[in-house]
Amino acid sequence: MESSSQVKLDRITVEEHESAGEQPRPPRRTKLKSMWTAELGKEAVKEAFRMLRPDIQWKNPVMFVVEVGAFLTLLYVIRDAFTTAPQLVPISYFIALDVWLFLTVLFANFATALAEARGRAQAESLRRTRAETVAYRIREGDGELEQVPSTSLRSGNVVIVETGMVIPSDGEVVQGIAAVDESAITGESAPVIREAGGDRSGVTGGTRVISDRIKVRITAKPGEAFLDRMIALVEGAIRQRTPNEIALTLVLSAFTLIFLIVVVPLWPMAWNAEQYMASYLGVSGVLKSLGTDVPTLIALVVCLIPTTIGALLAAIGIAGMDRALQANIIAKSGKAVESAGDIDVVLLDKTGTITMGNRQATEFLPIGKYSEAEVARLAALSSVADETPEGKSIVNAARIEVEAPPDATFVPFSAQTRMSGVDLPGGRSVRKGAPDAIVTFTTRQGGRIPEGFEALVDSVASKGATPLAIADGASIAGVIVLEDILKPAMPQRFERIRKMGLRTVMITGDNPLTAATIAKRAGVDDFLAQATPADKLAYIRKQQAEGKMVAMMGDGTNDAPALAQADVALAMNAGTQAAKEAANMVDLDSDPTKLIEVVEIGKQLLMTRGALTTFSIANDVAKYFAIIPAMFAGTLPWLNAIDIMRLHSPTSAILSAVIFNAIIIPLLIPVALKGVRYEPLGGDALLRKNLLVWGLGGVIAPFIGIKLIDMVMVGLHLVH
Amino acid sequence: MFLQTWFLPFALLVTATMVAIPLSGYMAWIMDGKYRPVPVFGWFEKRLNFGDQNWKQYTVSLLVFNTLLFIYGFIILSLQPRMPLNPRHLGMLAPTTIFHSVISFMTNTDLQHYSGDVNFSNFSQIFFCITMLFLSAAVGLSALTAIIRALRSDKSVGNYFLDMWRVLVYMFVPTAFLFGLLFLQQGSPMTYKSDYQVATLEPAAMGTTPDGQPKLQTIVVGPVAAFESMKMLGTNGGGFYGMNSAHPFENPTAFSNFFNTLAMMIFPFSLVLMYGRMLRKKRHAWVIFSVMMVLMIGTIVWAVHFDTQKPNPGLTAHLARTYQVLDASAPGGKRTVSVPAVAGLPVDQHWGNLEGKELRFGTPAGATFAAVTVDVTCGAVNAEHDSLNPIAALSPMVGMWLNCIYGGKGVGMINLLLFLIIGIFIAGQMVGRTPEYLGKKIDARVVKLAIIALLVHPLMILMPTGLFAGTSWGLKAETNPGAHGFSQMLYQFSSASANNGSAFDGLAVDYGFNNNSSAPPTARQWDIAAGLVMLFSRYLPIVAPIAMAAFLGMKKSSPFSAGTLRDDTMTFGFLLFGTIVIIGALLFLPAAALGPVAEHFGPIPFGG
Repeated sequence: MESSSQVKLDRITVEEHESAGEQPRPPRRTKLKSMWTAELGKEAVKEAFRMLRPDIQWKNPVMFVVEVGAFLTLLYVIRDAFTTAPQLVPISYFIALDVWLFLTVLFANFATALAEARGRAQAESLRRTRAETVAYRIREGDGELEQVPSTSLRSGNVVIVETGMVIPSDGEVVQGIAAVDESAITGESAPVIREAGGDRSGVTGGTRVISDRIKVRITAKPGEAFLDRMIALVEGAIRQRTPNEIALTLVLSAFTLIFLIVVVPLWPMAWNAEQYMASYLGVSGVLKSLGTDVPTLIALVVCLIPTTIGALLAAIGIAGMDRALQANIIAKSGKAVESAGDIDVVLLDKTGTITMGNRQATEFLPIGKYSEAEVARLAALSSVADETPEGKSIVNAARIEVEAPPDATFVPFSAQTRMSGVDLPGGRSVRKGAPDAIVTFTTRQGGRIPEGFEALVDSVASKGATPLAIADGASIAGVIVLEDILKPAMPQRFERIRKMGLRTVMITGDNPLTAATIAKRAGVDDFLAQATPADKLAYIRKQQAEGKMVAMMGDGTNDAPALAQADVALAMNAGTQAAKEAANMVDLDSDPTKLIEVVEIGKQLLMTRGALTTFSIANDVAKYFAIIPAMFAGTLPWLNAIDIMRLHSPTSAILSAVIFNAIIIPLLIPVALKGVRYEPLGGDALLRKNLLVWGLGGVIAPFIGIKLIDMVMVGLHLVH
Repeated sequence: MFLQTWFLPFALLVTATMVAIPLSGYMAWIMDGKYRPVPVFGWFEKRLNFGDQNWKQYTVSLLVFNTLLFIYGFIILSLQPRMPLNPRHLGMLAPTTIFHSVISFMTNTDLQHYSGDVNFSNFSQIFFCITMLFLSAAVGLSALTAIIRALRSDKSVGNYFLDMWRVLVYMFVPTAFLFGLLFLQQGSPMTYKSDYQVATLEPAAMGTTPDGQPKLQTIVVGPVAAFESMKMLGTNGGGFYGMNSAHPFENPTAFSNFFNTLAMMIFPFSLVLMYGRMLRKKRHAWVIFSVMMVLMIGTIVWAVHFDTQKPNPGLTAHLARTYQVLDASAPGGKRTVSVPAVAGLPVDQHWGNLEGKELRFGTPAGATFAAVTVDVTCGAVNAEHDSLNPIAALSPMVGMWLNCIYGGKGVGMINLLLFLIIGIFIAGQMVGRTPEYLGKKIDARVVKLAIIALLVHPLMILMPTGLFAGTSWGLKAETNPGAHGFSQMLYQFSSASANNGSAFDGLAVDYGFNNNSSAPPTARQWDIAAGLVMLFSRYLPIVAPIAMAAFLGMKKSSPFSAGTLRDDTMTFGFLLFGTIVIIGALLFLPAAALGPVAEHFGPIPFGG
């Protein structure tokens, strides 16, 4: 009992700080107007051609194979252009084939380039909003003040900052002294003194002067402040592959190899059939089918290897980071976003996340000779000068007008006494505070503990509320019940999280009893009561030892070790520098519920990858049925029986398959960038749904697509 | 008619499943070492078990053991002329035949480029064949056990030699004894005697000697019942006689045929359930079992439907047809060719294609056996696969291409694991988590090993088939040119790579004795190529998965949650099924189109 109430009071003081320092700020969304701005498109097209360079294309093994195939086909086109011997198929077929092979590569490069350009633009716009503050610079030479955007400040410039203004960039005070609110950077709401000369001359961009006027010499170069560095990190991370992406690239390369193994021996196999057919049909000379035609074999390889996902893989990863950026979350690496999808346990701070920031008085319980109204009056009296949210809520809950006599002295809260109150004229002193502190207070004055007091305190605590005792001089008058108010719709929200397969753990400084009650009311799975930084760290380690992935959100310096240990650590931008350095993501909105959004972004990223890979491989079924009969029907005409799509001719069949294979890439770019929508349906239902859409759909769609392309080509007389 | 056609396959599947349920429990009990050995065995096992091994030690032991097995087999076969039990004085085998046969038996393939009754003495049959039948089957089963222990994150994957001992002594010997007695009772010979010389009923049916006396018929006998039981139980499939299970001594009656077929099914069926029991994932194992069952039913129905329920196209009438073929030298680049009409033969085809079938087993027995023998990678045959209707022959080929429809001793389940890992890796991500199996993350290293093991199979089938189809090595061995000859080559390498061992037959590949003056011209090339294919396709897909399981097992296991991919549902079954069909079967579609499919749709007589 002793130690728990200690923590309770400490906790109150922390909350006082938080609520004083943090103003609710509107969520800031830096959305791009459209995915298809002409500028982005133009840039991406240019980049797509540049990426044709073999040393760049090589990084995407699947598309590299397509590029090699396209160049090989080009050689065949050139050879055929200079030959006069009769050809199996017109040269226009080879030209069309080659054009579409190159287009396949270009579409793939375009997808990557577009996603990169979008990511860059997003980061850039973020950086702009960060830096759009006005600075008053002292012009060199005449010393006149001029108004300039903070972005144009150079190292060595001197600016004037007055009360209420934001310091435009990192620098040092060269003249004057001021109180500076650094809560935006450090999370500490108490203003600090910054003055010229000595250790306390450094100021940080983004902090606010709350009194006086200082002259600051800027020391940071433009774009090198903390957030700028983070954003730069993001831009660098865009090109880094995540572990899962590396594994998938490996699988896709292996599939490419497997399909090369399938197609290469087709040449001698088809040759074998041609030899036999020539003798069987009594044809003099050699029969030739498209089965021994190298460009056609290349077309088959290109259609079978997973080009769709090979083309979109990089774009999916970049788009994942991009979605995080849109939610105003800066992830230090793509790996962090990807891991978010795997999170098993989410640690959430009770305050601000699950409950409204502060406790409110809901009830006054009298004891002994006191009545409820008297307790309310005493409570209100002791809180009149108390500016903390709890204090105000006590005055509100008392619902009576109290005015302290003019000569009353207010006793503020102190960590030693753990009480606050008022000394009325006439020696009557009213105190409210932690029950054990009040007990000490009254007994020291010779008072007695009324019967039933301890039971009353326990019963309040057991309901999950916080008891504050009221002392009226030497006697205890009663207990104020302070209760946590749940944020609206929290149980529904946790239900959704549970369906995602996540366990929620509430972290609180409350005692286990209180914590258990709130946990039950809110619907979280577990709680960590009286949590010290060491407890949090130990809890995370324990979960990780069980194979679980842990996500947490933090803001204070004492959260840093736990943040560093967690698999996904989201620091609030309003938090301390240490927390932000330890975390692998920073939320610019400082919204504690963002963690859930991060998990969904991670899941969406993985789902999109899986869906498009499945789609890509399922597509092969239809392509086989389009190309195989077309390849061999030249010599084995009855194989047309397996041409179940009834395509116009062998060449139109092969071209249709290649064209479908190419245009499916740009068609799926929106899916890659937006991501497949995540719904918390549970693993099995989600898999069923996606298998139907992307697996079965992937089998069926190309049958329809290839047939349509064939019909269009016939309708336009493009094939004969 | 319906009952006569479908009763046999139905009864087989039901009986095998019923046997597998208790047998798998017994096997898990043995492999987990929960039994108490009888004193003598206990004393021996204590000495055999020189300590727990990690996956590398286990793999090295496995490979060393197999190398010794190769040397042993090579010596036994090379010494055939000098060894006892050889009253017929059978001579020296060709070196490539020995090379091929040793690899074939040691890899549990039992592809035979020789004829047992012609080329092997009883000494070779007993000390080479029967020994290998037991040992090679135990190797795969031990490997699977090691993989299961690795996946469970056991401290050690076990001791290879102790595992081999357990499999042999507690599983194979008792069951083989039981089935041996059954075959003996049905009429299989069991003797050290080499042959009987009998006078034929029809005088001089075997020709006459130079002095005018009618020749006696040589009827080869030997320890057939013992051979037969382990040939089937160990999914080996190499026959005592060249005719394999179609021979009346190997498979005398319809009753013995049922148990012949059942014998090759029980261990592969049980292994899947054993996997579930040992991992404590019974439902998951039943999902895998069901997927395999659906595929097995599919192959059986396909074979029986197109063979037992369809006439032999070689005997039916065909209309004249005209075709256009591409020919650059002809005007317009196309040439019209006509194929004349063919009159049918007056044959009652009521009971389907009876060519190459043993009718004493009943009409669907051949097609059923053909499908089952490839699915479980046995390779014994009781009918001529070469004579199956062309499109029906696709069924055994698909069985070998997938190589995981129950599959051989342990390796079938191992192959399925590879499909499962790849399937989860690709489609499992669609639940929004990085892919995991048994709670363990599938990372780049794991997926790399799975892919390597999976890649070997198409590589080892398609590349050699292409090589032989495009050169005289293959063209000179075909007995039927065209699509059918191509099917023969494709089948041969599929059988070698799947470690199946059944033969389409019809390829001239048997060299036999070293002094064989009429040996087929390219038999040596086939011996060496098929030998190498069997070797690579056996050991890479065992070693890589052991390593893969070990790496998986080393990972922390993340707990099951609502968002996890469930591996015990129908949805997962569909995922697995789709992966197997799309990745496993479609790779072979182009080759299939040139072989059985081209033959099926082509005019008659075409390529056959």
